[in-house]
Amino acid sequence: MDLDLKYNYTEKKDTRSGFGDGFLEAGRKNPNVVGLCADLIGSLKMGAFQKEFPERFFQTGISEANMIGLSAGMTIGDKIPFAGTFANFATGRVYDQIRQSVAYSNKNVKICASHAGLTLGEDGATHQILEDLGMMKMLPHMTVINPCDYNQTKAATLAIAEYEGPVYLRFGRPSWPIFTPTDQKFEIGKAWKMIDGTDVTIFATGHLVWEAVVAEAILRKEGISAEVINIHTIKPLDEEAILDSVAKTGCAVTAEEHQINGGLGDSVAQTLIRHNPAPLEYVGVNDSFGESGTPTELLEKYGLNAANIVAAAKKALARK
Amino acid sequence: MEKQSVEQLQKYCTQLRRDVLRMVHAVKSGHPGAPLGCAEFFVALYFDQMTHNPDFQMNGNGEDLFFLSNGHLSAGWYSVLARSGYFPVEELVTFRKLNSRLQGHPATHEHLPGIRIASGSLGQGLSVALGAAQAKKLNNDDKLVYVLMGDGELQEGQVWEAAMYGAHYGIDNVIATVDYNGQQIDGPTEKVMDLKNLKAKWEAFGWEVIETKKGNDLESVIEGLEKAKSLTGKGKPVLNLLYTEMGYGVDFMVGTHKWHGSPPNDEQLADALSQLPETLGDY
Repeated sequence: MDLDLKYNYTEKKDTRSGFGDGFLEAGRKNPNVVGLCADLIGSLKMGAFQKEFPERFFQTGISEANMIGLSAGMTIGDKIPFAGTFANFATGRVYDQIRQSVAYSNKNVKICASHAGLTLGEDGATHQILEDLGMMKMLPHMTVINPCDYNQTKAATLAIAEYEGPVYLRFGRPSWPIFTPTDQKFEIGKAWKMIDGTDVTIFATGHLVWEAVVAEAILRKEGISAEVINIHTIKPLDEEAILDSVAKTGCAVTAEEHQINGGLGDSVAQTLIRHNPAPLEYVGVNDSFGESGTPTELLEKYGLNAANIVAAAKKALARK
Repeated sequence: MEKQSVEQLQKYCTQLRRDVLRMVHAVKSGHPGAPLGCAEFFVALYFDQMTHNPDFQMNGNGEDLFFLSNGHLSAGWYSVLARSGYFPVEELVTFRKLNSRLQGHPATHEHLPGIRIASGSLGQGLSVALGAAQAKKLNNDDKLVYVLMGDGELQEGQVWEAAMYGAHYGIDNVIATVDYNGQQIDGPTEKVMDLKNLKAKWEAFGWEVIETKKGNDLESVIEGLEKAKSLTGKGKPVLNLLYTEMGYGVDFMVGTHKWHGSPPNDEQLADALSQLPETLGDY
């Protein structure tokens, strides 16, 4: 299909590399930035930081619970720990450690979670966490960020280093289009309206922002004007941006690489229900685990690609 | 801080025990057994061993730090913090009550001076202490980090993750103490989940281990902590096995798990307090 996309790309890269490059830069800017990793330094792209600042980097071995506690302890000496592992082990495995030692204690720990969602691919469901955003957004004090491409992940990494408080930063494994600018300003908690539209709003987060950009072009070809809003910060949620957009379009779709239950869709629904009940359709995983496959195959099988967003948008429109 | 005589420190121990009993009795909840057994440890640490500033700074730069991993000993910790000047002694009356800074288990959320991390869910404090100790090293701060754990708490896997880590990095500015009273909430540790040879376990994990056999004798506790301190800075973390008796100081509470998480009634309180004459003034 020949599409006139509002955003384009010349290069693909994994968002975890955006994290790794941002982390190195944050370390150069601030000597208090330290790193910890539970035996996944290569996968998390933390190696460049480790090489440049070996005294500020701590391999913890395969012990995620300990890593979270260590990180909380390091903040007491004014360090800014970036603790990295796969999203599954960074959340579900250590929920109680995060809850007590980080969130309740309000420690300046950055939980850096790679390989989130279905696009992890071939490793399969044991590693494809689809519940992490929900778990993390339920914790008081926790900021939850899920950027969409290499550039945005790098910008987000630099932004959280300067923000005081616990943060969950979610990114992924696959090579993905780089379609946002290198020089973007990342404002925590501020949604980014990427495309103006009038008929339906697509609120997307993470890798699915790209799918939303493609979906917008498809919808436009069919005479439907879609607004695309990049919700890189799940919590605190930019309710004003959500309500402003839906006040104009009258219906919406949420798109995320996460369970419908507990994800971005839930947060948007809560906002709309309280202020402006409007038709809302969810694009997300519907109460199931994932499986092995390529990222593209998985997004298709579990209903998370641009075609699914298009279908959901039409459904929302029909309910107006 | 000027060194205080053993006689004076003993008064703090007795008063701490009175504080603990009155606090848990007043709210009909809490954990008296273990803090009664750790009175000498708390007093030795705060009134003799640690360099610390009751004008509380969260980062504790240039100070020794203490973390209570077994957070249910909160009543004992609050007593020693209050009587060290971190907050008014009168505030002990708010323990476990609504709108209090003295939460059932310690919390930073309420900004109680002296508390640097929440604890209560067991097994997390050693990791936190090791992290704080590594931060001290990065900051060229030569002060020490102390942490207290329960022996039952060692059943948590995270403790052994941390034990491995501490030895791997040679974090030798940490003194971890285990309250080795052989009791936990459901019964004696050997029946609930046998800890077997703790000394050998910690040594096998690469720690320098000392044993303080008389953990309810103030001079022995101080001596043990002095010895532990002398072993810091030598490339290994230090583990102090502190043999205590749960419920020490009250004849009907000592040596059993039954008072781990149960407060005394009016009659029992009166009996207990009669065995611990007021020394420094009740709150």
